[in-house]
Amino acid sequence: MGFWERAADYLPLLMEGVWLTLVVTFFSVLLSTLLGFVWAVMTWTRIPILVGISRGFVTIIRGIPIIVQLFYIYFVMPEIGINLSAMQAGIIGLGIAYSAYQAENFRAGIEAIDKGQIEAAHSIGMTDQLVMRRVIIPQAIRIVLPPYGNTIIMVLKDSSLVSTITVAELTRQGQLIAASTFDNMTVFTLVALIYLALSLPLTFLTRHLEKRYSQA
Amino acid sequence: MIQVQDIHKSFGKLKVIKGVSFDVNKGEVVCIIGPSGSGKSTILRCINGLETYQRGAILIEGAKVDPADRSITSIRTQVSMVFQRFNLFPHRTALENVMEGPVFVKKVSRTEARDEAAELLDKVGLGDKLGAYPGKLSGGQQQRVAIARALAMNPKAILFDEPTSALDPELVGEVLAVMRDVAAEGMTMVVVTHEMEFARAVADRVLFLEGGAIVEQGSPQEVLRNPQHPRTQDFLHRVIHPME
Repeated sequence: MGFWERAADYLPLLMEGVWLTLVVTFFSVLLSTLLGFVWAVMTWTRIPILVGISRGFVTIIRGIPIIVQLFYIYFVMPEIGINLSAMQAGIIGLGIAYSAYQAENFRAGIEAIDKGQIEAAHSIGMTDQLVMRRVIIPQAIRIVLPPYGNTIIMVLKDSSLVSTITVAELTRQGQLIAASTFDNMTVFTLVALIYLALSLPLTFLTRHLEKRYSQA
Repeated sequence: MIQVQDIHKSFGKLKVIKGVSFDVNKGEVVCIIGPSGSGKSTILRCINGLETYQRGAILIEGAKVDPADRSITSIRTQVSMVFQRFNLFPHRTALENVMEGPVFVKKVSRTEARDEAAELLDKVGLGDKLGAYPGKLSGGQQQRVAIARALAMNPKAILFDEPTSALDPELVGEVLAVMRDVAAEGMTMVVVTHEMEFARAVADRVLFLEGGAIVEQGSPQEVLRNPQHPRTQDFLHRVIHPME
């Protein structure tokens, strides 16, 4: 049997993994976006306690390997009575880990907005909330979007880490097939190609956005 | 209408305002002049609640300006501000810049706000630039949009913070002309400016500020033509004869 015949055999199982990879990626990006935005806004308020909490959290998260964070959530949390499925633990772990990077990205976007505009918005009676919604976010999006695309690609690739806590996503499926067939070459070539196929469109989209907004 | 009572303000150890008091009556145009670093802009920013102050009080029709209090947003809808660097929202057209406050702060309907904004832009001579983004407008045009944006809030007073200092010389006139029209309609105005001609022609009262305190005040005739204090004389001399 040649490569393609064997590949055709493995593909259905791998595609089950792809589905879970996409689910983990999607929800991790969602969670990291929401949390990252919260951290960034906390810093923006300049209220010392909020800034402190946000900074402290981001510093701690960035200092611990993602895989250790995943182990912590999946293996340690049950000991204090928090039982999560592998899937839930994976999404929460990746989401929290990446929220630290998202926060930095969002903070940079928010701080790039000229202070004068914010003062002008305040001077026509806008509340902080309205300033955020009408002045800062619409402009910050342009700045934040290209690096945001890169973050999605990184989350997609790092979703393979949840294979270590038994989520049967693409990498895990690959390991299982390889272990039973000893056909490492075909299996991991396929796994690599699939990741590449998933990330390439995002790479091109990110490049396109970078070009478009650097001209503006 | 605006009462500034014995305001003190420092940035760290640096005292920038040392006990300034003055009142602005309804319909009055008050120009604040003085060397840079004298605290002129800071006072204006305090009136708009963009800066805090450590001592004294600022009252707008009896309501205290306190940047830390919720009331500040409603006070700001009554007193608009025009900035040295225009500070327009670059992602919105001239029309949208002017509509922003009425629609999102005052909750005026979009159609009504659009009509009013178009009318105001027409009034400041930009009736043909409604759809233009600030980046496509000259400094003078941008500042006129900013004035329209301030007017759109239908404020009781407008504060102007060196509105022509960032402009090319040939664009100063168009902005001053608009300000003169606004004054002629009875708007209460406090103007920090280096334009002595404007102060002479439009102001009801001129304050000369130096070192964070009012050195001299009075009608434009008194302060600009016949200053009593040596420091006022010296400042005016240097402004009018910069080469000497």
